Amino acid sequence: MADQQFEPKIVGFLCRWCSYTGADLAGTSRMQYPPTLTGIRVMCSGRVDPTFVVKALKEGADGVLIAGCHPGDCHYSEGNYKAMRRHPMLANLLEQFGIERGRVRLEWISASEGELFAEVVTDFTEQLQELGPLNWNQRIEADCETV
Amino acid sequence: MISLTIDGQVVEVEDGSTVLQAARKLEIQIPTLCTHKALLPYGACRVCLVEIEGSRGSWLETSCTFPAQEGLVVNTTSDRVLRTRKIVLELMLARCPEVEVVKELAAEMGLEDTRFPKKGEDCILCGLCVRVCGEKMNAGAVHFVNRGTGKAVEPPYDRHSAVCMACGACEVVCPTGCVDLSKITTHQPRPIPSEFDEGLSSRGSIYVPFAQAVPNTPVIDKDTCIRLLNGDCGACQAFCEADAIDYDQEDTIEEVDVGAVIVATGFKLFDSKLINRYGYGKFDNVLSAMEFERISHASGPTLGKVIMKDGRSPQAVAILHCIGSRDENYHEHCSRVCCMYSLKFAHLVKEKTDAEVYNLYIDMRAFGKGYEEFYKRVLGEGVHFIRGKAADVTDVSETPEEKGKLIVVAEDTLLGVTRRLPVDMVILSGALTPSPDSADVGRVFSLGCSQGGFFLERHPKLAPVDSMSDGIFLAGACQGPKDIPDSVAQGAAAAAGALSLIDKGKVVIEPITAEIIEDRCAGCQLCIANCPYAAIEYDKEKNISVVTEELCKGCGTCVAGCPSGAAHQKNFEDEQIFSEIEGILTGSEV
Repeated sequence: MADQQFEPKIVGFLCRWCSYTGADLAGTSRMQYPPTLTGIRVMCSGRVDPTFVVKALKEGADGVLIAGCHPGDCHYSEGNYKAMRRHPMLANLLEQFGIERGRVRLEWISASEGELFAEVVTDFTEQLQELGPLNWNQRIEADCETV
Repeated sequence: MISLTIDGQVVEVEDGSTVLQAARKLEIQIPTLCTHKALLPYGACRVCLVEIEGSRGSWLETSCTFPAQEGLVVNTTSDRVLRTRKIVLELMLARCPEVEVVKELAAEMGLEDTRFPKKGEDCILCGLCVRVCGEKMNAGAVHFVNRGTGKAVEPPYDRHSAVCMACGACEVVCPTGCVDLSKITTHQPRPIPSEFDEGLSSRGSIYVPFAQAVPNTPVIDKDTCIRLLNGDCGACQAFCEADAIDYDQEDTIEEVDVGAVIVATGFKLFDSKLINRYGYGKFDNVLSAMEFERISHASGPTLGKVIMKDGRSPQAVAILHCIGSRDENYHEHCSRVCCMYSLKFAHLVKEKTDAEVYNLYIDMRAFGKGYEEFYKRVLGEGVHFIRGKAADVTDVSETPEEKGKLIVVAEDTLLGVTRRLPVDMVILSGALTPSPDSADVGRVFSLGCSQGGFFLERHPKLAPVDSMSDGIFLAGACQGPKDIPDSVAQGAAAAAGALSLIDKGKVVIEPITAEIIEDRCAGCQLCIANCPYAAIEYDKEKNISVVTEELCKGCGTCVAGCPSGAAHQKNFEDEQIFSEIEGILTGSEV
């Protein structure tokens, strides 16, 4: 049964200074975590335009991870605070379209927290496995057509 | 100016000078016991007698109180002067036969003993303590009492004085060391612990921080200086011939424009009090590594003698490795330098005492050039090595040999037995830990911290001196535990890195800056609020926002927040990221 289990697709927007380096550390430290996440390097979590998230979900991602430096540690002083404020707005918006809040996750992972990165990916994968595939076309496009 | 003749030499001094000052100007030595540069002349000890020649014969005067006058003729070495001075000293020797300064001065005068009956006092009644307390400290907590043979120095009514501030000035000025502050004051005398000596010795309120301090100038501790606290004292100013002491100086914050910064904020030694089973802070002779370092040092509080708190030489010393490091409960990292300095300590104890030395280690890490050889040498010196971390330090003895000793309990993992080592001194080789304020420093310079809290280098192998922030370099133990050679090497590399930036005279910025498309910008200025670097300005005439490229660091926060899509980031364009997303998700079911 286990190999039959649904394998979610996750797009990760990783800040270049903390989380991307943290992911790198997880890799160089040979940590084990599910191969479900593909990272996209952005300079700062504040660069993540909400449209990136919507685009990713629309293109077939089952979940999106936005990861940045811990509050107060942002390389650009306050970019992660912007991300922190944008995230709930986006989650609210998506919820109105019937997309569960748990599909878009915001995490703070520092450059030294390779272990945390692996944990987050593992945990997020399990969470998405519970939620099941997103099936954007069925949920949203179909909805739109009825309107 | 006044001109006078002393021992046949003519000297010019300022009006108001004393004969003693004039003689000192000529470098004529006149012994004194009761003069002090910061205090008014008093003439108590009578040792500084000189002969003044007048028109109707000559007479004796104390040179410290006698004012210099025009045309005065003074003789400091006449028979009469020397004879009288000898008698003064003989009388003083009779009063205080055991006082060192008096004995020394008497010996200089050729006096071996006194003809008068000895009294065995230790106070020479010079009045320095009385005067410093009254004149300088404005307290008057001690004074002369009684007259004649009953004269003594005491607080009023021979009771502990409440006006005494316990500043200790009387103790400092006393030439015989007979002042006992605890008999004068109602306060608890608190010596100021010397920071450099780890509190093992005390220091004054004005002090040079340590022998090799740069700049090597004294500093005044404003928390304890009487002058800065009450406006009294000011003794140091009277001593300073260069007139360099300025009590009105205030702390100033200076702003310096720089092109590069080297962060070398160092480490903090692990506080061994956190592990209370080793008894640090509880037992007198459980020392931190830094404390032992001071004790074993020739300029330290014991002048390099390895002795215990009670002054005895230890018969057995245990050195406990890995205190707080390689320990999941405290710090997981290996502090790297402890094995080697513990070996150095073992070597020093062996060299300076006859003590048995026990090293209790987990693993011996002699990692550098010449280190393994040193380890071998120490092994050959008869130092005992026990593989096993100490579990406990206790003073509860189980056998007669353990009585009065500190007992180190440890498992010898090579023999597989638990051992109890009775020792006199325990040295704790504590971990090197990040400075407690490293998180704040990191925030100022946008430095990340790696696991354990040391600053994170840009790349562990390829850029070990650079930080994530351009122009900020790391050197020394703030980046990770390291020994002196490694710190020096990293410091030199950081300096070279900084210099190469400055030398170029220009800075290369990454091609990832933001840009605002003029035609699309609606002039809402949201981007200006988003920018953490004030790199965006509003052009009133055109009603648009404009990015100053040199200031932009390329975080892209303004781009993500632009409602009209006018802001974009070079090489991180929306289209590029969209393509990346599409690329990642090619072939997925939607």
